[in-house]
Amino acid sequence: MFRRERSISLRGSAAALCNNLSVLQLPAHNLTYFGVVHGPSAQILSAAPEGVPLAQRHLHAKEGAGVSPSLITQVHWCVLPFRVLLVLTSHRGIQMYESDGSIMVYWHALDSGDASPVQAVFARGIAASGHFICVGTWSGRVLVFDIPAKGPNIVLSEELAGHQTAVTDIATEPAQGQDCVADMVTADDSGLLCVWRSRPEFTLLIRIPGFGVPCPSVQLWQGIVAASYGNGQVRLYEATTGTLHVQINAHARAICALDLAPEAGKLLSAAEDTFVHIWKLSRNPENGYIEVEHCHGECVSYTQVCGARFCDPSGNSFAVTGYDLTEILRFSSV
Amino acid sequence: MSVRTLPLLFLNLGGEMLYILDQRLRAQNIPGDKARKVLNDIISTMFNRKFMEELFKPQELYSKKALRTVYNRLAHASIMRLNQASMDKVSTFLKDKVQNSNGRFVLPVSGPLPWGTEVPGLIRMFNNKGEEVKKIEFKHGGNYVTAPKEGSFELYGDRVLKLGTNMYSVNQPVETHMSRGSKNLASRTQENIAPNPLAKEELNLLARLMGGMEIKKPSGPEPGFRLNLFTTDEEEEQAALTRPEELSYEVINIQATQDEQRNEELARIMGEFEILDQPKQSASKGDDLLAMMDEL
Repeated sequence: MFRRERSISLRGSAAALCNNLSVLQLPAHNLTYFGVVHGPSAQILSAAPEGVPLAQRHLHAKEGAGVSPSLITQVHWCVLPFRVLLVLTSHRGIQMYESDGSIMVYWHALDSGDASPVQAVFARGIAASGHFICVGTWSGRVLVFDIPAKGPNIVLSEELAGHQTAVTDIATEPAQGQDCVADMVTADDSGLLCVWRSRPEFTLLIRIPGFGVPCPSVQLWQGIVAASYGNGQVRLYEATTGTLHVQINAHARAICALDLAPEAGKLLSAAEDTFVHIWKLSRNPENGYIEVEHCHGECVSYTQVCGARFCDPSGNSFAVTGYDLTEILRFSSV
Repeated sequence: MSVRTLPLLFLNLGGEMLYILDQRLRAQNIPGDKARKVLNDIISTMFNRKFMEELFKPQELYSKKALRTVYNRLAHASIMRLNQASMDKVSTFLKDKVQNSNGRFVLPVSGPLPWGTEVPGLIRMFNNKGEEVKKIEFKHGGNYVTAPKEGSFELYGDRVLKLGTNMYSVNQPVETHMSRGSKNLASRTQENIAPNPLAKEELNLLARLMGGMEIKKPSGPEPGFRLNLFTTDEEEEQAALTRPEELSYEVINIQATQDEQRNEELARIMGEFEILDQPKQSASKGDDLLAMMDEL
């Protein structure tokens, strides 16, 4: 059972974009950071336990050449071995900041190169992989940035080809020891998933085809790919083989966010049908097959949910944003 | 973000406007031939070839202000005249159709699902060969049913959904929630009057779009008539009174742009504008369409 906790007020509201909530948990400092996007700005808030708001900051998309305003598509914290960076993706490029958003350390302008005039150019999909930050783009290319332990000497080290349609989301997990294990998944608007390994080099391991609907969110946990789709389904695949093992008819409308609580193997799905569901992932001890059970469903009345994240690594609390909602809703288990 | 959204937005809002005008024309017992002429004039302006060509060009979405200007122009493409204030109200009303008391839209957790979505509540598990090995149900909290069939994409056909149909049919009373409307309008005004740094670019697009609109001059001795968007004159007056201060702008003289052709088009369009009940105060020369929009 979950109960509503104190909400955090937003100056403004959340845009109807998928994955429109990012959370940085800093238990050592008794702090949680929240990031929400609306139009050309991103609101970064910090809160103490119990949701007491502490500080807030607005970051703006860097304008470039071109007349139309640069809209932000996503904001996300990347936890790297020696530092945490806040990454902002927009229609112009990629901005990287220190974790509290105070200083911009890097700017990468997108190359609209061979985009047709009707093509929207943007970056979307952000994840940390070891000491790299991977960012997806409108063309399907995934940009890989090499991040030094400190300072602004960030370098674009390669571009990964695997998708033909705009990237929606990227998920990574620490490689379990071996180098050849799948540790990154990328998803796109066509529903295609690409599974990669990052060491010794970024290599495409397997493609999991779509079935006619976009895949806006993806997660990776212990070799299990969890993908959510525009038709309300959550599907679980074996990362190494790409085999579909579980299909959940989870929601009545498009799913807009997926999150993972790695310590407990809990998965959170949130959709435009106003529901948030929590699932427990596991493997059958006999045959190693992926299994899932439904833990909890929460109806966030009259809210077209657009972002949802766990607020602790065990999945005992979560936060939700909704389209046009001027606050971040918080829930914790009793 | 998308450069193909404007036609959808324009045609959908335009369609809604037609439903409302149709309902109001009936409610006020406007003679059949006049009513038909009004709707005919508006529809033919909306679907005018040049206008459609301009509309379907890949372009960014207009701001609310710009779009309202286009609708205002459209509504006056006939012999009918609307009270400005009540038109603002109705645009709010258009957005606020199904709301509960705190202003949130009612999102039901029951009813038909979109085509392609299955009823939530089922978990299916497969083995390595793709064979289903287990089926579990879970409580999902809603009460949904699958769509009976896919809607038709043909020019004529059963759409299945009620989306796009007339919510204002003659038998249903049209509610006008005055107090809620004015509250919403006030809060929305804050957004609307914030300076838009790209106004100039937007207005150039708007000028081209409006240049594509064919104007039908009211023919012969036929007088224009006023259409009430609310059921009584009192409500119309109330709407005018509760209109937020910020929306009452001055009339400013307009200088058309340099472009020859645009000059002619805009001058012609300017001549068609007929503003009722507005205090006329001349001020120094305005820039361009921005001033014209401000007066709405």
